[in-house]
Amino acid sequence: MKLPEQVTRLGIVIAAIVAVVLLLRLVILPETLFSARPHQAAAVEREMAKPLRHAGVAVCRECHAEQFELKYGGKHRNIGCENCHGPAASHAADENAAKPPLPREREACLACHGYDSSRPNGFPQVDPLEHRPRKKCVSCHDPHDPVPPKVPTECTGCHGRIERTKAMSTHALLPCASCHAVDERHMTEPRLALPTKPDSREVCGRCHVPGATDPAASKVTVDLTAHGGTYVCWECHYAHLPEGRK
Amino acid sequence: MNKREFLKDAILFFPAAATLQALAPAAEGKAEPAKTPADYDATKHWYGMGIDVDKCIGCNRCVEACKAENDVPDEPFFFRTWIERYQIHENGETRVECISTRAALPEQAPPEDPTVVRTFFVPKLCNQCAHPPCVQVCPVGATFQTQDGVVLVDEKRCIGCRYCIQACPYGARYLNPRTKTADKCTFCYHRVTEGLLPACVEVCPTEARIFGDLKGKADRLVRFHRVNQISVLKPDLNTEPKVLYAQLDGEVR
Repeated sequence: MKLPEQVTRLGIVIAAIVAVVLLLRLVILPETLFSARPHQAAAVEREMAKPLRHAGVAVCRECHAEQFELKYGGKHRNIGCENCHGPAASHAADENAAKPPLPREREACLACHGYDSSRPNGFPQVDPLEHRPRKKCVSCHDPHDPVPPKVPTECTGCHGRIERTKAMSTHALLPCASCHAVDERHMTEPRLALPTKPDSREVCGRCHVPGATDPAASKVTVDLTAHGGTYVCWECHYAHLPEGRK
Repeated sequence: MNKREFLKDAILFFPAAATLQALAPAAEGKAEPAKTPADYDATKHWYGMGIDVDKCIGCNRCVEACKAENDVPDEPFFFRTWIERYQIHENGETRVECISTRAALPEQAPPEDPTVVRTFFVPKLCNQCAHPPCVQVCPVGATFQTQDGVVLVDEKRCIGCRYCIQACPYGARYLNPRTKTADKCTFCYHRVTEGLLPACVEVCPTEARIFGDLKGKADRLVRFHRVNQISVLKPDLNTEPKVLYAQLDGEVR
């Protein structure tokens, strides 16, 4: 049977339309119009291609093995170099391009070790105003191997507040030892060997009686036999700030 | 040119153009291989993070490192990760404060409040949910989950409608003022696909953060998951977060 010519022509037109639609859908129009997947794949690729800023400890170690070993033996073993020295990928790529900073201010250490009640129990912390104010942490502690510092050689290592009070008083120039006898053991076991306090009025009397011979003798003089009965001087006068209480 | 010739050329032109267009990307691909590391197979990973709340000292180093690594705007209210201070009072009241907005450290230790019975820090970031609400609401498919379980934002497709910012139950998203698109933690996708740690984990001084692959049987994170009592934030929402908290106080929201 022969198809009528109209049917054949219509068939050709329909086939052409189908072909054009298929061509449009499958070849000419990009896949991104119909699906988000190519966009997402491109986004993942862009994300992966982003530049690194932190090099990572393993890269630092390649050149700075000595510091790494020192750090690894100490309490800071788990702290990445870039925690303190900042992002260093550019320095790792070209050592002269950018020098990572050496933080030497107190703030750098106090970010972790300043006292904060929300920090976990047992985490080593100091009160920034009590603990050697204004002295740089790195002058006593090696940040790569922070051992508890050596036994303090001066009283101010622990008694900073008294030292600062005394510095404002007329007793500023008197060394602690002029009134307190300090046992060597007090430096290592402070509670087991307490320093002495003056137990007689004559200790103050060295400077504060009329006609005292001490070179530091004060103009403020008092007759020890008439003044204050049997009390020791520091029971009424605070020797670290004598002006404070009259 | 007569009508017949014109029609002939026109009929030939479109298929030829289409073929050329189809061939062009293939030719480009041959000349310049894709940048993605060929040996990286996303289907073999399922990334997550463990956070040991008892170890966080609230030093904010992770926040600074994240900002530096990911070009997060400097203003103190755009964060991909941030630290919260929780203070639980005697009367049961809980006070939460974001300490990452603080410009500088206070010179003196904050005064002790005798009514506080417990106080601690909680690091927060995008939970990289296995069922992310932000992905569901995105009207243009700009935010999506990768095969390794990280929720990313396509900056070129995002229209900045902020639906995802509203939808995130953890407040982990913000609108980047530079690109005017939604932005969030990517687990430092550019680092972890190269085998490096995310910047916040890299700098954390107390190992409060642990990054790992939940598909790796011997992975640190899997061990962390095994040996600790794990909580997630807002478990009732069934988002299945992949940021796992250990020693988390029940007051944390």
